[in-house]
Amino acid sequence: MAQMTYLQAISDGLRVEMRRDERVFVIGEDVGVYGGAFKVTLGFQEEFGPWRVLDSPLAETAILGACTGAAIMGMRPVAEMQFADFISCGWDHLVTVAAKQRFRAGTPVPIVVRLPSGGGFSGGPFHSQNPESSFAHIPGLKCVCPATPEDAKGLLISSIEDPNPVLFFEHKHLYRRIKGEVSEERYTVPLGKARIHREGDEISVITWGAMVYTADEAAKELEKQDVAVEIVDLRTVMPWDREAVLASVRKCSKVLVLHEDTRTGGFGAEIAATIAEEAFEDLDAPVKRIAAPDCPVPFAPVLEKAYIPQVEDVVAGLKALAEY
Amino acid sequence: MAVREAEPVGSLNEVKEAGLDREDLLGIYRNLLVTRGIEERGHILYKQGKIPGSFYTGRGNEGAAVGVATAMGSEDVGTPLHRDMGVHVTRGVEPWRIFAQYMGREDGPTRGRDGNVHMADARLGMIAMVSHLPAMLPVAVGCALAFRIRQERRVAVGWFGEGAAARGDAHEAMNLAGVRRLPVVFVCDNNQWSYSTPTHLAYPVEHLADRAAAYGFDGVVVDGTDVLAVYREAKMAIEKAREGGGPTLLELQTLRMEGHAVHDDAFYVPKELFEEWAKRDPLERFRTWLRENAELRDDEEEETAARVKKILNDALARADESPLPDPATLLEGVYATPEDLDTPHHK
Repeated sequence: MAQMTYLQAISDGLRVEMRRDERVFVIGEDVGVYGGAFKVTLGFQEEFGPWRVLDSPLAETAILGACTGAAIMGMRPVAEMQFADFISCGWDHLVTVAAKQRFRAGTPVPIVVRLPSGGGFSGGPFHSQNPESSFAHIPGLKCVCPATPEDAKGLLISSIEDPNPVLFFEHKHLYRRIKGEVSEERYTVPLGKARIHREGDEISVITWGAMVYTADEAAKELEKQDVAVEIVDLRTVMPWDREAVLASVRKCSKVLVLHEDTRTGGFGAEIAATIAEEAFEDLDAPVKRIAAPDCPVPFAPVLEKAYIPQVEDVVAGLKALAEY
Repeated sequence: MAVREAEPVGSLNEVKEAGLDREDLLGIYRNLLVTRGIEERGHILYKQGKIPGSFYTGRGNEGAAVGVATAMGSEDVGTPLHRDMGVHVTRGVEPWRIFAQYMGREDGPTRGRDGNVHMADARLGMIAMVSHLPAMLPVAVGCALAFRIRQERRVAVGWFGEGAAARGDAHEAMNLAGVRRLPVVFVCDNNQWSYSTPTHLAYPVEHLADRAAAYGFDGVVVDGTDVLAVYREAKMAIEKAREGGGPTLLELQTLRMEGHAVHDDAFYVPKELFEEWAKRDPLERFRTWLRENAELRDDEEEETAARVKKILNDALARADESPLPDPATLLEGVYATPEDLDTPHHK
């Protein structure tokens, strides 16, 4: 075991897989000589050479389309979008080609798209988004949103192994802030299995990504008032672990769905609807949602703080549920 | 690197130099007839109400499609489009499976999941197109990238139309291929009409192939109704790519001899243009060439026609026996399983 940041764990997972499987290659803007905008692939080109760590032109369609073609030819491409926001430029290739090729034509497209996502440091409207719900809505795609270094590595390796197009949302605010014990060996964490981040039996918080830590701080506040909050870290939004969510809801009977993406049509809405359909009789309070308001991500710190759900927002939500 | 306008193919000797013997020529002739026959029979099926959705043909493009496909090696791959039935036929897709595809049956290459020419047999090195054009160009470039990374002597062929060339995918694909000198050949089926939009509203230069210079590779303009000229130019481009010489942009000039799809009577295409290009019908042109240069005999012609007719009749009958897909299987294959990776490409 070694202490690794979330970023180092991603890097380590990718390196382990590239050493093990020569079909795996990396392509993206500035991923080679520069090591990627966030340095996830620093030193990779020296180790794996320029044809397995490819600096691409500034062209997301070319990157994702080429990954699709290479994957159909038996490679295991890992693309990096410099920021998750830029995936909009390659939307067509993921949604139109990669997501539907297995269903239509019987051809699997095993690609991973790494997506530095999320806000919290004044990235503004185009360097801060969490677009996972847009893609979770597309049949054929998988969406992975790790919260811990250990999961980041294990889920990345599972994503590369997976025979489908997988979107791997790496929260930028966790990159260097979050550290943890990570095995230096190769291991996998299965897609579609949630993790109980914190055990409790009074209110269940369903969340993922950086919001796991926001929820954790809020839960500590509630603990001072003798309210035991459980935190379910979904780990993957598609597929998502309905059983784990429903089990936690049944245990706690009150539930808060929390995410950093905007509220309307956010993935929390799907979770809330499922809880209403499947566990209505087990609820002692209406399902509560906390998410970003329906607004682009703003730049000024004071505005961004008003946009991203804060610990105090979650504390207030949990208190309201506790008192219901 | 100015664009080059390809010369027509002349004598049988010239053809032999390009690697085709008389048997090959008769094979090309048969593939042209089967291609047109499939689309003509398909049109009848459509009128009989046996084909759901719409129906597209590549009438006028048969020579372009068969010519390029004949030049491809067995390990090469490609992304043929809705005017390129001749590619599927030449690569060996059985006609009955194409009729089954048209009719949305279980034995069509997409098992009723997708319609018309949105199909491909991966075992024959083809990748199924999507409606969004030219989305398959970056995919073809990705195939070429895989070949380059693995240092295989294989080539990818990416098809697009002159209309779709206006979209950014074409630029991004050609730029990446040019930068990395990838083994890919870009084939533009320039049939002059993007639905109802003529070329002067689609691109502002004389030849679409002029663009190749901007990406650092050669552009060639070819008469797409001359199957042998198409073959020769495609062969040169493919072999150049195979030898590490990088991409080529082939612009194959034809006229779309029917509407965009069956619902469209193409009223916007001047009648004189149809009359002019009807004289350059790729099948008639090649048949005449065979008679004049390769001593195609009446009995050979009759025998070929009879053989093609039987192929098509048998195919229709067999396709008609193919079951409809079972709605209980609807969700099969939305997500791939590890077993799905057991394909020729992933082995």
